[in-house]
Amino acid sequence: MSSLALVSSLSLDISVSLPDSTPVFANENLIYARWLMAFSLGFHIVLSCFGVAFPALIYLAHRRGLKHDDHDALMLARRWAKAAAVLFAIGAVSGTLLSFEMGLLWPGLMGTFGDVIGLAFALEGIFFFLEAIFLGVYLYGWRGLPAKLHLLTLVPIAVSGVFGTFFILTVNAWMNSPAGFDIEHFQQTGEVIDIDPWAAMFNQSTLPQFLHMLPATYLVTGFLVASVYAVGILRGRDDRLHRLGLTIGFAVAAVAAPIQIVTGDLAARNVAENQPIKFAAMELIEETTTGVPFTIGGLIIDGEKVGAIEIPNGTSLLQDFDPNSTMEGLDSVPEELQPPVNVVRIAFQLMIVIGMGLLTLVVWGAFVRWRKGDLPLSNKWFLRALVVAGPASVLAMEAGWTTTEVGRQPWIARDVMLVADAVTTREGIAGLLIGLIVLYSGLASASIIVLKAMSARWRRGEDPPAPYGPMPLEIDEPEADPEPDLVDA
Amino acid sequence: MTALFAAGTFTLPNAVVAILWIGVVAYAVFGGADFGSGFWDFLAGTPEKGAAARKRIDASIGPVWEANHVWLIFVLVYLWTAFPTAFAALVTATFVPLIGAAVGIILRGAAFALRKSSGSLRQARFFGITFALSSVVTPFFFGAIAGAVASGRVPLDGQTDAWSVWLTPTSMLGGVLAVGVCAWLAGVFLAADAHRDGQPELAKSFTTRALVTGVVVGAISLVGIVILETDAPTLADGLERSGAPFVIVSGLGGLAAMWFLRQGEPGRARVPAAIAVVAIVVGWGAGQYPWILVDTIEIDEAAGARSTLWGLIIAFVFAGTVAVPPLIWMLRLSGVGSLSVGEARPDSSYAKLKALAPDDT
Repeated sequence: MSSLALVSSLSLDISVSLPDSTPVFANENLIYARWLMAFSLGFHIVLSCFGVAFPALIYLAHRRGLKHDDHDALMLARRWAKAAAVLFAIGAVSGTLLSFEMGLLWPGLMGTFGDVIGLAFALEGIFFFLEAIFLGVYLYGWRGLPAKLHLLTLVPIAVSGVFGTFFILTVNAWMNSPAGFDIEHFQQTGEVIDIDPWAAMFNQSTLPQFLHMLPATYLVTGFLVASVYAVGILRGRDDRLHRLGLTIGFAVAAVAAPIQIVTGDLAARNVAENQPIKFAAMELIEETTTGVPFTIGGLIIDGEKVGAIEIPNGTSLLQDFDPNSTMEGLDSVPEELQPPVNVVRIAFQLMIVIGMGLLTLVVWGAFVRWRKGDLPLSNKWFLRALVVAGPASVLAMEAGWTTTEVGRQPWIARDVMLVADAVTTREGIAGLLIGLIVLYSGLASASIIVLKAMSARWRRGEDPPAPYGPMPLEIDEPEADPEPDLVDA
Repeated sequence: MTALFAAGTFTLPNAVVAILWIGVVAYAVFGGADFGSGFWDFLAGTPEKGAAARKRIDASIGPVWEANHVWLIFVLVYLWTAFPTAFAALVTATFVPLIGAAVGIILRGAAFALRKSSGSLRQARFFGITFALSSVVTPFFFGAIAGAVASGRVPLDGQTDAWSVWLTPTSMLGGVLAVGVCAWLAGVFLAADAHRDGQPELAKSFTTRALVTGVVVGAISLVGIVILETDAPTLADGLERSGAPFVIVSGLGGLAAMWFLRQGEPGRARVPAAIAVVAIVVGWGAGQYPWILVDTIEIDEAAGARSTLWGLIIAFVFAGTVAVPPLIWMLRLSGVGSLSVGEARPDSSYAKLKALAPDDT
């Protein structure tokens, strides 16, 4: 019997003996609370990507504009900054909601481990604050600062985004690899002692998760921006501004994509080493085996692996560089401590398939650019692929998060606390879930409507205001609009 | 502070509570003015009649509104990190008003952001009403939560009836007072901004509103004393002792602000009005010291690990060092909510954009 299974069953005993006060509805509550959290996070993370990576795109456009006296590039920087302000504002409210939800939904986690993991939230908050301040400086700086200094104010926005990403990820990494307190003592007594918040931050999962998530923000933002301009070009607005916007988005995504594949490999290796049960679910390893095959496709139905193509000893070879290495299977822990294997499997494979597809698109674009000096922007199929690439990259990111989050179930902190022991005892979570879905659907549609309205006003030559920015007084130069807009008509 | 020192030991948990309370005070003043602006936005009338007032509100809170989320997140994060058990008890007990506040914040923040960028009057109106309504609802719920803590109704396990814990005299007082104070503070600030920017009509109308609200808030506060005596005796007792000086300062600040308003000098009312709000929030803290949850658990008892408390102090100092200078820079650059934008510098990015524009029009 592995030490992990021993540890797991120990903590299970504790968790079973603890919640005398937990009412019968706890299980139903649990499902809705998880969905509520998943939905809130899934929504917020898309906006976070823009908060982290968009400043870099704006920097590239702005710098080009100043260096090459490029009007289109400067115009892009100005527009992107305003769109960024809208997205940032929505991200700020959805992020504030998350800080409420941490307490409202998971008082068991925050009440028990608040002083272990809380400091990272505080540091993340500081960098969020810095980001908001410098975004304000940049928006007001269009008129009030010398151009070169103005360009430089984008740097602290982008850097703050990187640090913010790091600190918030340390918390999720801690849930996967708890550290920074006496774990054994907690498992025996339920008491948290020897707390070291810095050790909690720099746990075994922190670095790989950070290295895999940071490029994801650039990948998602780059492809979404490219996607928007690809739609514009396909609809006949094929001018230099659109081509430049698309190229900058594509360039950022093209740099991020290969990095993402490499860090994804690192992350998977880290999971294999530190979270064997999650890895077993990702790779469909049912039983602890020697010489684990590499499995393509497939699900587990009624305890049987179905529809999989197996390459003998492949996973052992890839992970351990030893075709006959032994890997833990799902069966090394009792069934109630296993994650829902098929959800994890599908999500993991979906992420990989989309990731490879995106990499192919990047290679295509980069190859043409290398041979002909420009992206194949007259090729309708390339543009169509880019249109799909934006939403697809979001889907890949969400699938990645589903893999790591569902793969940790039923633990909220692996081998330390069950999600069921962290959830609130308050009723009515189902109602809140419905309410939030309605609210966020409204919020998402409202944001898109407003962004489209902004874009329509830009095309009419107006200069719409942004949430943080100064009041607009004068009208920007109108630009050529070859065809009437199909969206906003 | 006197209360903290009076206890004899300025302990590490006390230091963190002091920092936490700075966040509460900042949220009350800046967030309060922010929420109150929404209150006046709501009462500004039809789109035509209220346009000037709404534009004024937009310009005044534009540069700072985002910072206000930060105070709230700061308070939540410091509370759960420094006092995890008290936090878990609080959020479980006051689940319902917290949900109300959270929904209010989402609607408010999003509507404010989207209104400014919306494409038509209909859109702007929809977002405007959402913004205004949620601006009133949110401080009410926060006040109600404060009332639940202050009247000693939050048990350590948080297991209370979801409704009776906050549908109480103290919570209703807290809620109404919060809305009133926000409206009053915003009235003063908006009158001062309008006065500064040469909008005498608007300045006068906001002055009248602030004066009326001030009288109402003063009257409610007097009634509140009676309510607290019976419904929140521990806090009432504390307010009469260590909290008393702050209550007096708050009253004096309020009266001074009202006097300047009457004199038609809203610009001078700004500081005493802010002092009044700061003092009453500090007074509340001093009044319930040393309890973190009144009659349930004390600060020292509820405090988390010392290493983490030190981490929070380091984080606070770090934040002050790296965030305050750029914040001041940003506020200066924005003209602190000034309506006039001013000419673009000749070497600015904007001037360059203009210069590069194709001149075919």
